[in-house]
Amino acid sequence: MSVRINRSKCDGCKQARETLCMLVCPGDLLFKDMDNKAAVRQVRDCWDCAACVKECPRGAIEMYLPAEIGGRGSTLTAQRQPGGVLWTLTDPRGRIKQYFVVG
Amino acid sequence: MTHDGWTFEILRSDLLIIGGGAAGIAAAVRARELEPELDVLVMEKAHVKRSGCLAAGINAINAYLNPGETPLTFLAYVREDAHGLVREDLVLSLAEKLNSVTDRLAAWGLPLPRDAQGNYLPRGRRSVRVDGEGIKPLMARALEASGARVLNRVNATNFFLSAGRVRGAFGFSMREKKFYLVQAFATVCATGGAAGIYKPNNPGAASHKMWYCPFNTGAGYAMGLRAGAEMTSFEMRFIALRVKDTLSPTGTIAQGVKVEQVNALGENYQKRYRGNTTPLRLYATLQENLAGRGPCYLDTTGLDREAGEKLKEAYLHMSPGILLKWADQGVEPWERPVEICGSEPYLAGGHGLAGYWVDTGRRTTVAGLYAAGDVAGGAPKKYVSGSMAEGEIAAASAVQDMQAVSFEELPAAELARALELEAAMVLAPLTRQEGFAPRELEERLQKVMDEYAGGIGSSYRVSGPSLLVAREELAQLSADLARLKARDLHELLSAQEVIDRVLVARVLVEHLLYRQETRWPCYQERLDYPQRDDTNWLKFVNSRYHWREDRVEMLERPYWRHGEQA
Repeated sequence: MSVRINRSKCDGCKQARETLCMLVCPGDLLFKDMDNKAAVRQVRDCWDCAACVKECPRGAIEMYLPAEIGGRGSTLTAQRQPGGVLWTLTDPRGRIKQYFVVG
Repeated sequence: MTHDGWTFEILRSDLLIIGGGAAGIAAAVRARELEPELDVLVMEKAHVKRSGCLAAGINAINAYLNPGETPLTFLAYVREDAHGLVREDLVLSLAEKLNSVTDRLAAWGLPLPRDAQGNYLPRGRRSVRVDGEGIKPLMARALEASGARVLNRVNATNFFLSAGRVRGAFGFSMREKKFYLVQAFATVCATGGAAGIYKPNNPGAASHKMWYCPFNTGAGYAMGLRAGAEMTSFEMRFIALRVKDTLSPTGTIAQGVKVEQVNALGENYQKRYRGNTTPLRLYATLQENLAGRGPCYLDTTGLDREAGEKLKEAYLHMSPGILLKWADQGVEPWERPVEICGSEPYLAGGHGLAGYWVDTGRRTTVAGLYAAGDVAGGAPKKYVSGSMAEGEIAAASAVQDMQAVSFEELPAAELARALELEAAMVLAPLTRQEGFAPRELEERLQKVMDEYAGGIGSSYRVSGPSLLVAREELAQLSADLARLKARDLHELLSAQEVIDRVLVARVLVEHLLYRQETRWPCYQERLDYPQRDDTNWLKFVNSRYHWREDRVEMLERPYWRHGEQA
C-alpha cells in the first residue's frame, strides 16, 4: 500500500511551511518539493495508515496497493465530512463505490 | 552553541513523557489532573495527532471488562493465553482501570455504540466496539486541553543520566537543525514496541505493509538498555495472525462477524491441536501449511452481502488497504475466503511480555524512569486501554516520587557538556561521505534475524547453533553501525532507528538463547528444546546491558501467582 499525490489538485497548502499531510504523517515520509507540491520520500516506507489521505482538504492524495502484493489500479480517496469520513473506492475498471464511516 | 549550523537547546520540565501515543497521552493528562501546576512535556517523534500504532484508527477496545468479567477473570484469561507466565500484579493493576480509561475515551468524544441496557456494545467477552477512525486526533485534543506542552517531530536518542538517576532525555528535531536536552525530575518512557527487526512479509514497495506500526523502532527499549535498565522476556516475541498481503487484522472478521477458520480442504483445523491460545492459533495455522493442508483461510463465504459491506466499513476504521485488495482481485468478501498468514515477529509489551521490568507503579529499575504501554513488559494483552491504564499508573508514581526527592540544580556546564557529547555521537552519520546507508544495514539486520533467529523464513523456529550465528553476525553489524552515513535529517532518523534496532536484536538473541524450553510455539520455539518445562522455566528471563563493556548480562526472576506468598 502506498499513497500517490495528485499534483494538479495539491496546492502545497499554499504558503504553509509544512503541509497538512507532512504534519500528520507518522513516518515523516512527506515533504514539499521545488514546485510547492507535497511529495512522498520513499513509497516503500508508507504504512497505509491513510492519515494524509483523510487530512488533505483538496482530496489530492489517493491510496493504492503496490503491484508486489496484487495492486492492479484500484484507488481509495477520503473526504472528511461532518460526523465521519466519506471513502471513495475506484476499482480497476473504473467502477466507483462509496462508504460513509462514522467517527 | 553551534555544531555545523546546529542549535543546542536546554529545556526544563517537571515531568518528561517520551512518546505521545495511548500510554504517553494518558500519562500526561493524568499527571496534570493530579498536579495542575506540574510542567509536563511530551516529546514525540512524529506529530501527536496521528503518531504511532493508532495513526489509522481502531475498531475495537480489546481490553475491557464487560458485565460478568472482573480483574481476576481478566488475569486468568491473560495467564492462560501467555502459557502460565505473566506478571500478575501488573495485569491486575491495569485491569482495574480498563473500564475507567474507556469511559475517559468516551468522554473525550470517541464514538462507542451502546446496547439497549446502556452498556458499550460488546464485540467479544473482553472487548467493545468503537467507531475509532479518529481516536488519535481525539487523544491529541485531550492532551492539548490538559495543558501539557508538546515537542512534535523530536526524536529521542538517549536518557540523560546524572548521579545514576534519569534526569531527562536528549533528542533532535526532524524539521530544523536543533538538538535538545530536556531536563526533568521524572521521565516516563512510552515509545511503543519494535517493528523492523525481522524481514517483513512483503517485498519492495509493500515492505512497510505490516501489522505493527513500522515507525515504532524500539527506541525506548534501546534507550533503556543503554541506561542500564533491566528488561524482561524479549524472547516472547509477538507474531500476529493476519490477512495475507495487506496484513489487515483477522479479529475484525473473526469477532466482528462470525466466520470459521479453515484449511485448504475446508476443515476447521483448530480442533486438531491442543489448546486454543493466541500463539497456538498461529502455530496450528503454520502446522497446517507445513503438512500440505494450507493455505488457511477465514471462510467469509457464509456472509451475506449486508454483513460483507459492514465488514468493509469496519476495516475502513483501521486498515483500509484490504478494500483495495478485494477491488483489485475483483471479488467480494462473501465470494472468496480470506487467506491468513503469520506476520514478521515484533517486540511489543502490549501484546506479549517483552519490555522494561517494572514494579506495580511502573517504575523501571533506574531511578527517575517509568515505563508504560508497549515498551513496558510483563503484562500482555493490554492493548490501547491497558496502555492508557499503565500511563495513568506511571504518572501517579512519578508525581508521588518526585515530591519525596530533593533535587539539586545541575550545573550549566555539566548540561552543556552532556548535550555536546550526545550531539557529536548522534550527528556523526551526517559528517560521513563514505559508509553504509541506513537501509543497507536495516536489510542486513532483517536478513540475519529472519534466517538465524526465527523469522518468517525459518518458520519462526530457533535453535542454539543458529542463534550463535546470529550473535556473531549481529556483533559485526554492530561494529559497522559506526560507518552509517546520512544525507539529511530524515536519514539521520533512519540511522538512529537502525542503531536502536540492532541493539534490541542483540538482546533478543541472548534471550532466545537463554530460555532452554519451548514455552510459546512460534513466539519462542526452540527446536533443540521442544517441550514446555514448568519445573525449570516457569520464571522470567531478564537482561541488563552494560554499555561500557558492550555486554549483555542475563538474569532470572521468579514468577509469583496472585494470592500466593512471594
